[in-house]
Amino acid sequence: MDNTLLILGAFGAILILVILITVFRVITLVDVAKGSDKKRASGSNFNNALLMPIFGLLFLGGIFYYSWASFEDYKLPVASDHGVKTDELFWITMLVTGGVFVITHILLFWYSWRYRFSEKKKALFYPDNTKLELAWTIVPAIALTVLILSGLFVWNDITADAPEDAINIEVMGYQFAWGVRYPGNDGELGDYNYQLIDNTNSFGVNFNDKAALDDFMPLKLVIPKDTPINLNIRARDVLHSVFLPHFRVKMDAVPGMPTNFHFVATKTTDEVRSETKNPDFKYEMACTEICGRGHFSMRLEVEVLTKEEYKKWASEQKTWVNMNQDYFTEGNGKRFELPKLAEEGQENEEKLSVNAAL
Amino acid sequence: MSEIKTQNVHIDSHEEHHDDHAHHETFISKYIFTTDHKMIGKQFLMTGIFWALIGGALSLIFRIQLGFPEADISWMRPMLGEWITPEGRLDPEFYLALVTMHGTIMVFFVLTAGLSGTFSNFLIPLQIGARDMASGFMNMLSYWFFFASSVVMFSSLFIETGPAAGGWVVYPPLSALEQAIPGSGLGMTMWLVAMALFIVSTLLGGINYITTVINLRTEGMSFSRLPLTIWAFFITAVIGLLSFPVLFAAALLLIFDRSFGTAFYLSDIYIGGEALPQQGGSPVLYQHLFWFLGHPEVYIVIMPAFGITSEVISTNARKPIFGYRAMVGSLLGIAFLSFIVWAHHMFVSGMDPFLGSVFMLLTLVIAVPSAVKVFNYLTTLWKGNIVFTPGMLFSIGLVSLFISGGLTGIFLGNSAIDIQLHDTYFVVAHFHLVMGSAAFFGMMAGVYHWFPKMFGRMINAKLGYVHFWLTFAGVYLVFFPMHYIGIAGFPRRYYTWSSFETFSNIFQDLNAFVTIAAIITFAAQFIFLFNFFYSIYRGRRAPQNPWHSNTLEWTTPIEPGHGNWPGAIPTVYRWPYDYSKPGAADDYIPQTVPYSETPESNTDFENELAALEKESGVEEVDETKE
Repeated sequence: MDNTLLILGAFGAILILVILITVFRVITLVDVAKGSDKKRASGSNFNNALLMPIFGLLFLGGIFYYSWASFEDYKLPVASDHGVKTDELFWITMLVTGGVFVITHILLFWYSWRYRFSEKKKALFYPDNTKLELAWTIVPAIALTVLILSGLFVWNDITADAPEDAINIEVMGYQFAWGVRYPGNDGELGDYNYQLIDNTNSFGVNFNDKAALDDFMPLKLVIPKDTPINLNIRARDVLHSVFLPHFRVKMDAVPGMPTNFHFVATKTTDEVRSETKNPDFKYEMACTEICGRGHFSMRLEVEVLTKEEYKKWASEQKTWVNMNQDYFTEGNGKRFELPKLAEEGQENEEKLSVNAAL
Repeated sequence: MSEIKTQNVHIDSHEEHHDDHAHHETFISKYIFTTDHKMIGKQFLMTGIFWALIGGALSLIFRIQLGFPEADISWMRPMLGEWITPEGRLDPEFYLALVTMHGTIMVFFVLTAGLSGTFSNFLIPLQIGARDMASGFMNMLSYWFFFASSVVMFSSLFIETGPAAGGWVVYPPLSALEQAIPGSGLGMTMWLVAMALFIVSTLLGGINYITTVINLRTEGMSFSRLPLTIWAFFITAVIGLLSFPVLFAAALLLIFDRSFGTAFYLSDIYIGGEALPQQGGSPVLYQHLFWFLGHPEVYIVIMPAFGITSEVISTNARKPIFGYRAMVGSLLGIAFLSFIVWAHHMFVSGMDPFLGSVFMLLTLVIAVPSAVKVFNYLTTLWKGNIVFTPGMLFSIGLVSLFISGGLTGIFLGNSAIDIQLHDTYFVVAHFHLVMGSAAFFGMMAGVYHWFPKMFGRMINAKLGYVHFWLTFAGVYLVFFPMHYIGIAGFPRRYYTWSSFETFSNIFQDLNAFVTIAAIITFAAQFIFLFNFFYSIYRGRRAPQNPWHSNTLEWTTPIEPGHGNWPGAIPTVYRWPYDYSKPGAADDYIPQTVPYSETPESNTDFENELAALEKESGVEEVDETKE
C-alpha cells in the first residue's frame, strides 16, 4: 500500500516536472519569437511594478488585521511593577518604529510602481543632497536618544540593588527542573557548596551553617503579592535561564556565578483567574537558555498569594532538616555535626513562623 | 565601449604569462585546484548552494515538529533512522542538533562563505580592474580549507551521537560536557575542527581581498571611484580579519576545557552524579569572546548584501546611488560600531547591569547609519526609471526585509524591553528577517545580476520573477508571524510548548501555518535551482553588457579568461554611477569613458578634469577628486 503510494507520488512528481519544463520551453520560445527578450523592459516590467503596491497593500493590510484580530492571543497579562513599565516602553517603541515601518514601506512600494521603466523618460540625476542626508541622520538620532534614555531609566531601576526588606528566595536550575529554597524563619539562606551535592542534598546546602537549618524547599515557587522578592539564581550543571513570562522576569542561571533578579508581583493567582475568566490559570517559570534534551520541559509552577495567605503557607512548611532526618543519621549527612543539628532542627521547627519582616 | 580606452597601452608583465597558461590548462587546474578568482568564486557559490539546501532541509524537519507536533513522521525513518522514536516522533535531542546545525550552516557556510566567498572573489578583481587576486594560491587554499571544513561539518551529521546540539552559539558548559548532551561528544569536536578550518579559510580569503583592493586597483580607480560592492567587500574583510581570530581563541579555550581539563569556562559543576574538579572559570567569558566575533559576524553577513544591492539598485533604477559618500560612511560607521555592541546579546546573562546600559547606548546608535542606508536606497528609487530584473526585485526585497527586521532590533537593543523578549521567537523573527533573509536576498540579487558575467549566458528572467515573488511572500509568511509568537513569550529552541499552560492552546494554528509557508518557500527555491543549472548550459547567450552598467566587469569579454582582459587593463576616468547624466545621449557612461569624450554632459569641474586628462595624454587623472 505504502509502496504504491510512493510510486504514484514519484510518477506524479515526474509528470509535473515534465509539464513545467515543457511550459518553460514554450514560454522561452514565444519570447524569442516576439523578440521581447531583446527589449530593455518587456511587459513583465509593468506586471512586476504593479505587483509591488499590490504586495504592499496585502502585506501592510495583513499585518494590521492580524495584529488587531489576535491581540488577545499574544498579549500576555502583566503582573509585576516593572513589567508595566517595560510593556509601556515596548508599545512606545512599537508606535515609533511602526510609523517608520509603514511610511518607508509605502514609499518603497509606491516608488517601485510610480517610477517603472519607460523608454520615453530619463531618470533624475540626483547624486546627493547634504541637507537631506543630515536631516535623516539627525532625526533618527534624536528619536533614538529619547528611546535610549527612557529605556535606561527603567533598566537602572530594575537592576538596582534589591531593597533591604526583600525576601530572598533561591532558584536553582538543573537538568531538567528547577529547585527553590526559602530562607525560613531567620530570613537568611544557608551556605552551600557544589561539592556537598548528593542525591538527597540536591542543593549542596552546608548544614554546618546555622542559617541553613530552617531553610525549606517546597515543590513550587510561592510568593506574596506587593512584596519585593529577590530571586537568588544559580545553576548546578549547565546554563539555564529563569523566565517568568507574566512578571517580565528573565535572568540566566550560571554555574559558578550566582545572579539575581528582584521584582514585585502585583496580582495574585486568584486575581488573574477572575480577570482572565480562566479558573485554571497558573503562573509558570520556564527555561530560556538551551540546556539539553529536556530544555522544553523545565516547568515550575508559580503561585502568588496575598501577604496573609503567604504567611500562613510559609508557617506550614516543614524544614528540609526536619523532613530528611534519615540523611543525617544514616546518609551522607553524617559529615555534618549531627547531634547538635538534630537538636537545633527540632528547636527551629517549634519556633517556625514567618519572618517578622513580613 | 571598452575599445576606446585601450589607447593608453599599459603592458602588464603578467599578461603573456597568462595567455600561454591557458593553453595547457587541464581539467584539474581549471576546475579543481584553480587559482583563477572567477572559478574560485563559482566554487564558493556551488558549495554555498549545496549548504543552503542542507540548511534549509534541516529547518523543514524541525518546522514539521513545531507545526505538527502530533504528526507521525515514521516515513522519515529511512533518512533519519534512530532519530525518529519508535512512536514516530522526532527525538528531542536531535531536534536541538537540527536547530544547531541549521544555524551554523546558514550563518557561516551559506551567508559568510557562500556570499562573501562568492562575490568578493568574483567581483573584486573584475570591478577594480585587476588580473586576479593578489595571491591566487592563497585564494585557492582559502577555498580548499573551506571545503575541508565543509567535509568535517557534513560528516558530523551522520555520526551515532549526532552533531553538535548546543545551539549555534555552543555555550559552555553544555557544549563542554559530554554528560550534558550526547551532541557535545564527537559531534562537538567535529564542529570545533570544522570551525577552525573555516576560520583559516576566512582569514586567507580576507587578507587577499584587502590586499587586492588596496594594491591592485587599475589606473584611475581611486578609492572614491570604487563601486559600493567593493567598498562593502573590503570593509567586510577587515571586520572578518579582526573578529574571527577572537572566535578562534574562544574555540581553542573550549577545546582545552573539553579535552585537557582546564577551567576557562567551567566552575562549580555537579553533573552525572559527580562534582567536577574545575573551578574558577566563567561561562560568561565564553559569551563575551563568542559575541565579540558573533556580532560583527552578522555585519559580515549583511554588508556584502548591502554592497550588491547598492550596485544593482543604482544600475536598474538608472540613477546614481544617492549619497555615495554617506553610503561609504555608513558602512564604515556600522563596521566600527559592530565591534562595540556585542554584549547586547548578553543583557540577561548575569553580567554587570552597568555594562548593559553602555551596550544599549552603543547598540541603538548603530541604528543611525542603518537608517541612512535605507533612506538613501529609497531616494535612489525616487524619480528613477526602474527596470525590474530579477536582481533588482531581490534588491528591493532586501530593502523591505532590512527595514522590517532592523526596526525590531530597536526593541531588542533596549535592555529593558529585551528582558522579556530575549530568547523568545521575537528574536528569531528579528534576525531571520534582518540578517538571514536580507542577506539571502542580497546573495540572490548578486547571482541574478552577475550570472551573465559568470557563465556567459542569461538566466531566465520569467522564472526569476516567479522565484522572487514566491520567496518574498514566503519569507514574510514564515518569519512575520513569529513576532506575535515571541510577544506572547514563547521561548526559542523548544521542542514543544505543550508542557506549559502559558504556551498551550494558542498559536498552534499559526505554527502550522508557518511550517506550511516554510515548505512552500523551500520548494520555490527549486525553481531557482532549475533555472540556474539549466541556464548555465542552455541559457540564451549573454550580450557583453546586458544591464547597461558602468562598472569595469562589463568591459571584459563575455566569457573572460584567466587574466580577465585580453589586452591591457582598462583605465578608469570616473565614478561608477554616471547613470542618466543630463546631456549624455545614453542613460549610462561607463567608468572607462574619459571626461574629454563627454563634453556634453560634463560639469564645470569635470571639464577641468578633462583638460587634465588631455595634458597627460589621457593617462594620469587626479586622484583627489570625485
